[in-house]
Amino acid sequence: MGNYIPSTQEERAEMLKAVGVGSFDELYAVVPPDMKVDKLNIPDGKSELEVSEIIRGLAAKNKVYGSIFRGAGAYNHYIPSIVKSVTGKEEFLTAYTPYQAEISQGILQSIFEYQTMICELTDMDVSNASVYDGASAAAEAVAMCNTRKRKKAVISGAANPMVIQTILTYCEGSDTETVVVPAKNGKTDLEALKEAMDEKTAGVFVQQPSYFGQIEDAEAIGAAAHEAGAKYIMGIYPIAGAVLKSPRECGADVVTGEGQPLGMSLAFGGPYLGFMACTHDMMRQLPGRIVGETTDVDYNRAYVLTLQAREQHIRREKASSNICSNQALCAMTAAVYMTTMGTTGMKQTAGLCYSKAHYAAEQISKIAGFELVNDGDFFNEFVTKTPCAADVVLKKLADADILGGYPVEEGILWCVTEMNSKAQIDALTTVLKEVRA
Amino acid sequence: MDLIFEKSRIGRGCTVLPECDVPIAEIPKSEARACAPRLPQMAEIDISRHYTELMKRTHGVNDGFYPLGSCTMKYNPKLNEELAALPGFTGVHPLQEESTVQGCLAVLEKTEELLGEITGMDQMTFQPAAGAHGEFTGLLLIKAFHKARGDVKRTKIIVPDTAHGTNPASCTMAGFKVISVPSNEEGCVDLEKLREVVGDDTAGLMLTNPNTVGIFDRNILEITKIIHEAGGLNYYDGANLNAVMGIARPGDMGFDVIHLNLHKTFSTPHGGGGPGSGAVGCKEFLAPFLPKFHVVKIGDEYAFENPAQSIGSVKAFYGNFLVVVRALSYILVLGNQGIPEAAGNAVLNANYMRVKLQDTFDIAFNNICMHEFVMSMTKLKKEKGVSALDFAKGLLDHGVHPPTMYFPLIVDEALMVEPTETESKDTLDNVVAIFKEIYKNARENPEAMHEAPHTTPVRRLDEVGAARNPVLKFEKWK
Repeated sequence: MGNYIPSTQEERAEMLKAVGVGSFDELYAVVPPDMKVDKLNIPDGKSELEVSEIIRGLAAKNKVYGSIFRGAGAYNHYIPSIVKSVTGKEEFLTAYTPYQAEISQGILQSIFEYQTMICELTDMDVSNASVYDGASAAAEAVAMCNTRKRKKAVISGAANPMVIQTILTYCEGSDTETVVVPAKNGKTDLEALKEAMDEKTAGVFVQQPSYFGQIEDAEAIGAAAHEAGAKYIMGIYPIAGAVLKSPRECGADVVTGEGQPLGMSLAFGGPYLGFMACTHDMMRQLPGRIVGETTDVDYNRAYVLTLQAREQHIRREKASSNICSNQALCAMTAAVYMTTMGTTGMKQTAGLCYSKAHYAAEQISKIAGFELVNDGDFFNEFVTKTPCAADVVLKKLADADILGGYPVEEGILWCVTEMNSKAQIDALTTVLKEVRA
Repeated sequence: MDLIFEKSRIGRGCTVLPECDVPIAEIPKSEARACAPRLPQMAEIDISRHYTELMKRTHGVNDGFYPLGSCTMKYNPKLNEELAALPGFTGVHPLQEESTVQGCLAVLEKTEELLGEITGMDQMTFQPAAGAHGEFTGLLLIKAFHKARGDVKRTKIIVPDTAHGTNPASCTMAGFKVISVPSNEEGCVDLEKLREVVGDDTAGLMLTNPNTVGIFDRNILEITKIIHEAGGLNYYDGANLNAVMGIARPGDMGFDVIHLNLHKTFSTPHGGGGPGSGAVGCKEFLAPFLPKFHVVKIGDEYAFENPAQSIGSVKAFYGNFLVVVRALSYILVLGNQGIPEAAGNAVLNANYMRVKLQDTFDIAFNNICMHEFVMSMTKLKKEKGVSALDFAKGLLDHGVHPPTMYFPLIVDEALMVEPTETESKDTLDNVVAIFKEIYKNARENPEAMHEAPHTTPVRRLDEVGAARNPVLKFEKWK
């Protein structure tokens, strides 16, 4: 019933005639007759109104919580109104990769600005135009470090399990040896990590803060990686990145991360944003699109996709990666977010996350059975024990319209952001006290 | 125009967040960063105007004809945007308990079912975020399949020379060696050459059908049979599915695994380069290897299931979920009549343009084409020194996005034109007239063609200089 085809039946007939065929069927004369689909076994087309009702019905079957204390890789942060207003502009939405620079300066400049902001956030020299998400960014970073003599990745087991899984899957593809070093007290086990490194080790991946929220001694890990002759990859949480010791200060060669906290909705896991930055030395190994500054024939400043000699459409099977797109609209989202927040706002967000998480941890861990599992400082996530099965606790919280922390082996991994008011945190602890009772 | 950093003024900003309502905890100095990141300081009006200025320097599908071959730049329906923005989808945490995300799981399961029928595949994953990501995933399925059978000598993937560059690059990422096979004089796979290269080391074949010169390979069943008989599997690159959806199914052509570009065929917007979705479908025998988090329906309930011999994950979570919502909306609107109707009109539009242009331009493999055709500017280049690039830049002055340039590699001075079904006859007639006018100008005044474009926000760029002296971020901080 529905379609988005403007041409009328009369026009179609006229065009078929111009082509010299009598029917649509004749256009497909080359398709073997017995292969042709008689009629697809899918429903009849529907009106816009009907489809709107069906999909609204599906959205209504999801539970959207009033307060969220769950992170573990996807974070509930405030999205300033201007973010969606900018990224909803249909020129940005409906354009494609800016191959024709003269009519794509808007997209190109926005990516150049994004690259600059990512370099600022990570304290690195070069950023690409983004990749699919934080996990695939980490996997691409591991591949970047491989050399002819070194093709082994050492991965901290204190990183997000989905990120680790993605690295392992990519490494299986490229036949890269991998070692995952189990976490110790919610952090990277530095001694075990050192032991796992050898002369074949190309890259070491560590997440800051760890999956369990703990702040790593990232500098010491970097020094150990370099001592073994390996490159050091840090996966960072961008909100924490505004305040924690910068990856450059920690000696990172490559920095990756999940950009979702920078203005993207939780959205059941995507679209998100993978950011990637590196030192100048690693520039030519960096995969993905990169925008550079140049001039036009009239000497006007302009922007263009550059360093394409690394890429698949030139190098084919010898390319540094197969990636040929980026998450441009998500990169723009992150740029608008970082601009709106500014340096002050980014630090304020990080400060709110840190303060509120510490307040919540103090309140929760006071309740018997919910003691903190790990020592040491954390950013905005922490693990507590649970006095009974985690799902019993979480069910109680769900009944109070609260999405509780994420169940992990040693208890519950809680996450607190600027979205959680003191009232929400207090309401959470009230329910937890009842669980105990 | 100025960069956002040049518009920044110390002391400006936006008030977004409240004061802290709990005791303030200070991050220890030993853990803190020495210098804060330098981000713009802007009032909201400045930010808003900055991006409006950038918007005016961007050409989207709504700004005019966008016949970028192999990219299927069709219209992106507004309904899809509205539905993807529903709070019932955007506000859902990906790690919520399954019972609280039944709507999201239903979206994935229903879309899988519909696309399964459209493509002739049995199961599907939405985890890959883009076409190239899908290729990588599909090749890992092929690798895992052979490995599970202990058939470890299958290390080669056959790729025709018409293939998109991502195909060979994906093969390398998946640990395969690429064997390139040349095309025959019809632009299709040369069967004899194919027979010569297959063997017990063949892991599979990657093929786009219709291919990148816009031709449906009439030998498709023979091709896939040759590979199967050699013990390999067939991979379908769905970049060009728009030509045949609802007409012929990759599953009936002998393909075992496919990827789709939901952002091409199924009308979801390209976003200036992403986010897209590279859903991967496969036949039942490959399903045990699919990535984690496959959605299954048990009774009336939906749940995630990790396939028994899963290749793992190619990204976190379940894919670009909101893109899948848009694709579902599109498929439901079109239904069983609308899907083939869209394909038929895409093919009709391409052929109409081809026929209207064939007297003026050299069309490579000039016969009934599918959704796209390739023009060669070789003659114009030889006789007048006007290249495909010059011609493309001339189009910019007419508000038309140029076709894909210099691809496929087997056609010299190639311009690959894909009008899509959402363009009217009026638009096509208008564009045909523009193409012819530029051609006339190129013959009469070839020198001027090197100067185009004139009316765009910037003119031709120094790309060599950009690559030679890379400036990849703003450096001129005050």
